Amino acid sequence: MAETRIPTVIADDVHIVYRVNGAAGGKGSATAALSRMVGRGKGEPRGVRKVHAVRGVSFTAYRGEAIGLIGTNGSGKSTLLRAIAGLLPTESGKVYTDGQPSLLGVNAALMGDLTGERNVILGGLAMGMSREEIRERYQDIVDFSGINEKGDFITLPMRTYSSGMGARLRFSIAAAKNHDVLMIDEALATGDRKFQIRSEERIRELRKEAGTVFLVTHSNKSIKDTCDRVLWLEKGELLMDGPTDEVLKAYERETGK
Amino acid sequence: MSAPPSPDEGLSPADLAAKYGLSVSGARPGLVEYVRQLWGRRHFILAFSQAKLTAQYSQAKLGQLWQVATPLLNALVYYLIFGLILNASRGMPKEVYIPFLVTGVFVFTFTQSSVMAGVRAISGNLGLVRALHFPRASLPVSFALQQLQQLLFSMIVLVLVAIGFGSYPSLSWILVVPALALQFVFNTGLALIMARLGSKTPDLAQLMPFIMRTWMYASGVMFSIPIMLRDKPAWIADVLMYNPAAVYMDLVRFALIDGYGSENLPAHVWLAGLGWSVLIGVAGFVYFWKAEERYGRG
Repeated sequence: MAETRIPTVIADDVHIVYRVNGAAGGKGSATAALSRMVGRGKGEPRGVRKVHAVRGVSFTAYRGEAIGLIGTNGSGKSTLLRAIAGLLPTESGKVYTDGQPSLLGVNAALMGDLTGERNVILGGLAMGMSREEIRERYQDIVDFSGINEKGDFITLPMRTYSSGMGARLRFSIAAAKNHDVLMIDEALATGDRKFQIRSEERIRELRKEAGTVFLVTHSNKSIKDTCDRVLWLEKGELLMDGPTDEVLKAYERETGK
Repeated sequence: MSAPPSPDEGLSPADLAAKYGLSVSGARPGLVEYVRQLWGRRHFILAFSQAKLTAQYSQAKLGQLWQVATPLLNALVYYLIFGLILNASRGMPKEVYIPFLVTGVFVFTFTQSSVMAGVRAISGNLGLVRALHFPRASLPVSFALQQLQQLLFSMIVLVLVAIGFGSYPSLSWILVVPALALQFVFNTGLALIMARLGSKTPDLAQLMPFIMRTWMYASGVMFSIPIMLRDKPAWIADVLMYNPAAVYMDLVRFALIDGYGSENLPAHVWLAGLGWSVLIGVAGFVYFWKAEERYGRG
């Protein structure tokens, strides 16, 4: 079994740079912006600040692995995940993947002014499901979210939901689809205790169906529970890559927990 | 985890990827494949445009009634100012001028709002672009489609205006359909171009209103170009009349308004409309596709 390890994701010296407009020089006034525009020079246009979020990360992930990403806030975990998914272009280096990796999440496609009902359809379509697939799973999604447990809320606009209800519906939509390479960003287990247990269960199911899973979280417990390999990122660099116990021990020593 | 040295040891990442058939994540597909992917997302494109359209008025008490009320109020304001206060006719009979004006405003607004929505199609939806996979052209196309639906509501008002000023439904009204179809393709191409430009330079959103207003005045929304430029060299009028906005406005006016005959239109106007639509539609699509893998970097 150890002989035939099939790679599903290969990251080869990945660098990612964000460019931020209007953050350079500290001064945000119009005159400062004007003087920057007039006095341009030295290659990179002035007024644009570069943030080097991921610096030369390389690793190979294999089928059947569940990989945790840890690191302090702003260490580049989510950015790296987006690059693997092909959602953020790399500055240099390449990411090779088997099939289409998907990020678990549909927040951005949903609209607060629309009813929950229409958002289920819109979110499903945005994830690339067909109309038939959505029709089939519609009831499951609504039931799973538990939105209708306290009355007919699914026909109300999403902006009228409590934050917990909104998060539940979002998770339910996002988790309705199966993925080859699945990536889960932290703070998924939202909502009340009952819903947390249900969503953890669903994540385990998704993991079983997916070839490879990436998990970003600050909870060492959920990493221990789900992952067998951990990548530790710090300031955009890959600090450590190894079995969960080893890396977590080193990480805990470093962060003083 | 002391795995025995596997046969893959020593392979470079690129070779390893090739061996197991992995592909580069986020690479740009070929043009044909891209069109196929986009077609596969047609339900999303339509649903997204309808969702945006509905969301616009969902907080208003009158709700979706505003879809028709807004263009109606617009037309009323123009009637009040040009028809009653200024009593303008610009060399045309008044029962021609008012529908002429309202048609011009609605048709030009269609292009104008498609351009404005196009500029923000990528830069205003970075969250969506960074979270989900779909051919990015879905967004500008969807926004252009939203404007088309908006225009269809305006057409209800336009029909009322035309009838109110003595132009009754006739066979020539059917010509509105191909005219607007051509304009829609043109607008979509323009929205795609603006979306790519706007994704690099969001400042365009500030600049575009001025460019669009200049374009509006140069296209004869409120006056007839040949009448207005009677004393000027003929080539100026020709250039203005063959500009796409003027072409599409004239086509719709010709179809709807009884007193606006073919003598007001430049020669080969349908050909011009088709030419603009194909040129900008195809060029815009290819231009947008060329940067597909770079959208979302910010």
